[in-house]
Amino acid sequence: MISITNIAKGFSDKPVIEGVSAEFETGKCNLIIGASGSGKTVLMKCLVGLITPDAGEIIYDGENFSHMNDDAKKIMRRKIGMLFQGSALFDSKTVEQNIMFPLDMFSNDTRGEKQKRVDMVLDRVNLNDAHKKFPAEISGGMKKRVGIARSIVLNPQYLFCDEPNSGLDPQTSLVIDKLIREITTEFNITTVINTHDMNSVMEIGDRILYMYQGKKEWEGNSREIIFSKNEKLNSFIFASEFLKDAKDMRMLEVSGKIDEKRNMDQLLNG
Amino acid sequence: MKIFTRFGEFILMIKGMFTKPENWRMYWKELMHQCVELGIGSLGIVCIVSVFIGAVSTLQTAYQFVSPIIPRSVIAQIVRDTVILEFAPTITCVVLAGVVGSKISSELGNMRVSEQIDALEIMGINTKAYLILPKITAALITIPMLVVLAMTLGIWGGRFVGEVTGILPHEIFDRGLVEAFVPYNVKFALTKAYTFAFIITAIPAYFGYNVKGGALEIGRASTTAVVTSCIIILLADYVLAAVLL
Repeated sequence: MISITNIAKGFSDKPVIEGVSAEFETGKCNLIIGASGSGKTVLMKCLVGLITPDAGEIIYDGENFSHMNDDAKKIMRRKIGMLFQGSALFDSKTVEQNIMFPLDMFSNDTRGEKQKRVDMVLDRVNLNDAHKKFPAEISGGMKKRVGIARSIVLNPQYLFCDEPNSGLDPQTSLVIDKLIREITTEFNITTVINTHDMNSVMEIGDRILYMYQGKKEWEGNSREIIFSKNEKLNSFIFASEFLKDAKDMRMLEVSGKIDEKRNMDQLLNG
Repeated sequence: MKIFTRFGEFILMIKGMFTKPENWRMYWKELMHQCVELGIGSLGIVCIVSVFIGAVSTLQTAYQFVSPIIPRSVIAQIVRDTVILEFAPTITCVVLAGVVGSKISSELGNMRVSEQIDALEIMGINTKAYLILPKITAALITIPMLVVLAMTLGIWGGRFVGEVTGILPHEIFDRGLVEAFVPYNVKFALTKAYTFAFIITAIPAYFGYNVKGGALEIGRASTTAVVTSCIIILLADYVLAAVLL
């Protein structure tokens, strides 16, 4: 579990996130959602230590990350895997070399054992024929899957995904979401995902933290979000008429009144 | 004030490079890779530049020597000393500042913008040590070698042109080469080579590593890195000459 307490960060005296507290549970997909500029990425970068927060504490399973020195942070980071928005693959290395890199750097395994591990994670993300390809030769969805494979190759305890669905078509987005969900439960990882993809919110949102102008505005799960009366959240999540209708249908479905509505519609339409 | 901030950041970057490597074998592999990239990759341009510099030195020195009292072998002495003292270390390194400097700056800038540096940080790797230190070390190994090569080829270029044009037969050129030779000059040239090697890698690395923004900023950082490196090379050239000669 990751706990954060009163995290604050500003740039040039302009506050970007203010007093955010939350808990990210193990074995669950914890989502941070919010409009662009709401502070999601800054919060995630604070969580992994790429940005030092101005105030607040970050605790990884009882270990206070905020009070660690650089060496301790480096050791802690080996327990962290991260999928970046643009995948951040090393473009001069092949897919296989990208995934092998963390193993080469930190593992004392033999070449054969490392190769076995690479094959295993590539198989896990359904990429069995991309070993020798360079990042420039594969699609966006494949890049994300390679990014996931690289981030889990060292068996991390914590997985951070920064907008894993950005730039992907809806079908590929679902594949990536499903993969993240499966990996989270299979390896019992604490997964934190930054997203504004509504499919992800509804499909894999075990815990959802909604950020609005740098502050925590709402917290709950994908079921609670349907019934939420929070206006800011509703106008963000269900922004279009289509999504508003989908929300109404989902509410009826969840409350068991969907058949009643269908009968009524049939009556009205003759 | 900005210059002091940048200088402070530069010093912190250099300080940050010196930590225990996460894996010696991987750092060694990276160092060898950089030696090939910087050393072998610059070989062609260094050869071309140095041969022509030597050739032009011979022609222009001979052109200015109109007095029959001065022996022709003095031309070789002048070519030798100017090539060793100035042309081989300084001109070669100014050229390399463009070739190597822009490469380092744009490579690191691209890695920063595409979050590859962040990805390495997340893995628990000291990116300053892994990405910058091997480049500087590789330059400190290969650039003095390139400068020695430039000295040799520069003098050979001068000798070749003297012979071909009939200005200076090679027997006289060879005699002039060994006359009044000061071995300290080579030591001085190598001191310059080590200093410039550090400048043409550390400064572009600083600008590339600290890029913020996108493709436009990578280009800007690359230009700033090359211009700054060239100015500091010329400044260091003057300081070293004033102090050591």
